[in-house]
Amino acid sequence: MEKMVHTFPPYRGHEARHGQPEHHDPGFWRTWIFSPDHKVIGIQYGLTSLCFMLFGFFLMLLMRWQISKPGVPIPVFGPLLEKVLGQAAANGALSPDLYNSFGAMHGTIMVFLAVVPLAFVAFSNFVLPLQIGAPDMAFPRLNMASYQAFVIGGVIMLTSFFIPGGAAQAGWTSYSPLATMIPTDGQIFWLAGMVFIITSGLLSAVNFIATVIQLRAPGMTWMRLPFFVWAQFVTSFLILLAFPPLEAAAVMQLMDKVAHTSFFLPTGLAVGGQLANVSGGGSPLLWQHLFWFLGHPEVYVLILPAMGIVCEIIANNTRKPIWGYKSLVYSALAIGFLSFLVWAHHMYLTGMGTKVAVFFQTTTMIISIPSVIILTCFFISLWGSSIRFNTPMLFALAFLPMFGIGGLTGLPLGFNISDVHLHDTYYIIAHFHYVVAPGTIFALFAGIYYWFPKMTGRMMNEFWGRVHFWGSLIFMNVIFMPMFAQGMAGMLRRMADGGANYSAAVNSRAGADVIGGLSNNIMALHTWILWGACVLGLVQIPFIINLFWSIKHGKKVDSDNPWDATTLEWQTATPPPHTNFPVTPRVYRGPYEYSVPGHDRDFTPQNEPPK
Amino acid sequence: MDFPYIVEPRRDTGLYNAKLGIWLFLASEVMLFGALFSAYVLLRVGAEPGMWPHGWLNVYIGTANTIVLITSSITTVMAWVSCKLRQYRRFKFFHALTIVLAMTFVCIKSYEYHDKFTHYEITLANGKFADGHLVERSKDFDLAKKTGRVTIHGHEVDHEVELMDMQRPEARHIQREELTIPATDIKKMERYGPWHHTYLAIYFTLTALHAFHVICGALVIGFLWGPGSRMWHTDPERFTNRIEVSGLFWHFVDLIWIFLFPVLYLL
Amino acid sequence: MNNSMTMNSGHSPESAHSVRGYIFVFIALLAGTFLTVWASFIQFGSREINIAVALTIASVKAFLVAAYFMHLISERKMIFCVMGFTALFFAGLMGLTIWSTSPDSMVHIQHVP
Ligand code: HEM
Ligand SMILES: [Cu+2]
Repeated sequence: MEKMVHTFPPYRGHEARHGQPEHHDPGFWRTWIFSPDHKVIGIQYGLTSLCFMLFGFFLMLLMRWQISKPGVPIPVFGPLLEKVLGQAAANGALSPDLYNSFGAMHGTIMVFLAVVPLAFVAFSNFVLPLQIGAPDMAFPRLNMASYQAFVIGGVIMLTSFFIPGGAAQAGWTSYSPLATMIPTDGQIFWLAGMVFIITSGLLSAVNFIATVIQLRAPGMTWMRLPFFVWAQFVTSFLILLAFPPLEAAAVMQLMDKVAHTSFFLPTGLAVGGQLANVSGGGSPLLWQHLFWFLGHPEVYVLILPAMGIVCEIIANNTRKPIWGYKSLVYSALAIGFLSFLVWAHHMYLTGMGTKVAVFFQTTTMIISIPSVIILTCFFISLWGSSIRFNTPMLFALAFLPMFGIGGLTGLPLGFNISDVHLHDTYYIIAHFHYVVAPGTIFALFAGIYYWFPKMTGRMMNEFWGRVHFWGSLIFMNVIFMPMFAQGMAGMLRRMADGGANYSAAVNSRAGADVIGGLSNNIMALHTWILWGACVLGLVQIPFIINLFWSIKHGKKVDSDNPWDATTLEWQTATPPPHTNFPVTPRVYRGPYEYSVPGHDRDFTPQNEPPK
Repeated sequence: MDFPYIVEPRRDTGLYNAKLGIWLFLASEVMLFGALFSAYVLLRVGAEPGMWPHGWLNVYIGTANTIVLITSSITTVMAWVSCKLRQYRRFKFFHALTIVLAMTFVCIKSYEYHDKFTHYEITLANGKFADGHLVERSKDFDLAKKTGRVTIHGHEVDHEVELMDMQRPEARHIQREELTIPATDIKKMERYGPWHHTYLAIYFTLTALHAFHVICGALVIGFLWGPGSRMWHTDPERFTNRIEVSGLFWHFVDLIWIFLFPVLYLL
Repeated sequence: MNNSMTMNSGHSPESAHSVRGYIFVFIALLAGTFLTVWASFIQFGSREINIAVALTIASVKAFLVAAYFMHLISERKMIFCVMGFTALFFAGLMGLTIWSTSPDSMVHIQHVP
């Protein structure tokens, strides 16, 4: 391995090894549960969202079993489910209704309770104030309220599994009238939960933007901000302006559910062959517009923080300035702006006319340009550098092609002609999972391995990190690559039996293997995916153990800056004390001054005064 | 280390933290109400011809409420100016007015809600429609069992469309009288609640959300007027900032009403 | 109470002059309210004109509140930018949604016998 340069940062006070300054000890509850300290809130958010992620993953495993072996009892967990959920899991197999519930909740939990809170809130909370040299968030108590609202929202979502009728069943997109007409109160819980989660997101977004604008350390000009900060800054604006319309939509759907209004219910709506007893006059498309007005910016909420994390790690481990810093910043801004203008590419098949489709198709193609610029900058940064292949870097490197696959497969979806064939098939599932799962989640792993030493003062284990990495990389692809094939063969998403009935019906009418039916090879991929998913679950075990074991037993860091990094979070004590820096740092240079000729070390911290 | 820019503005941005925070929050509020206004437009444009109601709300009450809110806005500004001038008594006076006006607004609004919840549209067995405010129900009135009768103060029309436009000139000459209708003649009876029509749905949703903001704003201002005003004696500068920030929120609530009023009452 | 003031934030509402300004705005808002009620009783020929008139008056009133009561007019560029983009995205939300759901821009399925 590379040699460690021992540097002791200028701001290391005598209290360096303690999380809290000596003079007051607020006790356990104040330190870890009701703390306004941004670092603690970051860790709270991180652990909570990791738990949600594990839970969402587990729901998915059960669904994959059901898809590949419809009606067969689930080993081990089946009887357990039956005990807890009763009839819905009769004989230890998922009923179609329960399958729909799990699908809806998997999506909701993964997006709103796992990836957004981890990528956006947890990482910005811990890292962002440190990176800009701020003592805390601009509004520490609001920050705490944000976490509390988040927990309440999460608890409401989880409770809905146990009510009669079960959790929401209409997908994470909750299209009306379906969502309104399914006879379960799960949807009400979903909507109420969303209102809390959205509120928590808004509070965080306000906080981050105000922090970046107001609390940058002296000398930390806009163009000296690490790209991570820029990415989170843009993300905050996406949350701030795109979430409220969904909140409005949630309120309206809630009214439809509880006050029996007809915001999204058209005149003449029939349910089960009967005219529904509603006033009608509503617009189902209205829900879709409001949902996707959030939904598309949301996907950039999922990806921009990941790009920010990857950028930090690549710069650090290539020991080179990142290539095209300004292009990165302007691209992120462009993405932020444009992502408000593309949403209806999710709605090409709702009877949209050609003029509208062409408009949204054009904006969609334009927005892919800045994404490509960002990816290209990262690739060029690798060129000719002597890369340190540690675990964070491996994950960051894997992010690049995985996000590449996800992004490029988005293009055929962006053209309305090709989307007619691909819409609502497994191709979509593969597309966005490539972006979010091996993409964003890899970046999150990278970030966890990278900043873990700052949080705890210890390193995570390298060997098990590598096991985790290679296992995840291989089995993510085992799972998602076949879905492209299934989707292009015409397999629709959201079918409780994985398309068995559909396929059988078509085949019996027209003979085997005609267009429309699904060939045995395509159906057999379900089994392949199922086992891939199980192994993917297994290789997460080393990660989980590593994470908790290393807190106490990991290798101690030998300096506050174990990665020899330039940004400010590494220039203070480990873990950073309350209010972060004993003296407000002063910033003299850009974020990525690695291997600057004429310096005796291969990195120059941002706060190192010029000679 | 003192927390920066709580009181004094940062040099390059010219803002103290809370002011930036409230403006960002208001930006998100613009999108929240913006989405609901978009919903309003879409529902209205999508309504079947002639089936979008006009003049269902009492313009005079609405006007009165508008004036109440506008007045509360000027008292809010004056409260802030008083703080800036370090005139504590005047501040107390003006914000007391603000709180009273806020409560007046909520009272008037609930009266309007009550009015809608006692207003019925009755589909008669003969295909006609009776419409008006409930006067009384006989003791044995039961729609399901078809017993008893109900008395409303209103009028009868041949088609539902005729109930929609209450702004048209002829609507002024409608004779309203007490009508007693036996349950046997009633096919369906529905109040003017949010479920009755998408117009009422958006009306109730928008105004309830707005009223929620009024109440929250009044609570904050009430806090700053009461227990929160202790800060005046320790840190008047910071207290003045709080009054400014809560004032910004209050003006925004007023601003939303400026659009709600014509959109729901007049057009 | 004393009248000495420590001024360090941008705008100064202190003078009697600016109080007079606020009162003027207040009167304008009241006038706008009466004007819009009055205009709503007049038939301008088509409902569209009535809508345009009412919304114009409302916008002027909203401008007065935002510019003077919320002193946006003397506020820094930062806040202007944020609110400007917000207004833009709101316009996009409403405009594009209405455009794409208007009957002219929808596909009409024709049932061929
Ligand atoms: C960069 C270029 C991208 C393009 C051109 C693109 C295009 C599209 C299109 C057109 C759809 C709708 C397909 C359909 O429903 O028929 C779609 C779906 C989706 N995309 Fe992308 N996308 C891109 C990047 C991303 C990114 C970066 C993410 C997330 C991090 C993402 C997440 C999603 C999700 C979650 C869906 C599915 C939503 C659902 O129906 O449940 N996409 N994409
Ligand atoms: Cu999209």
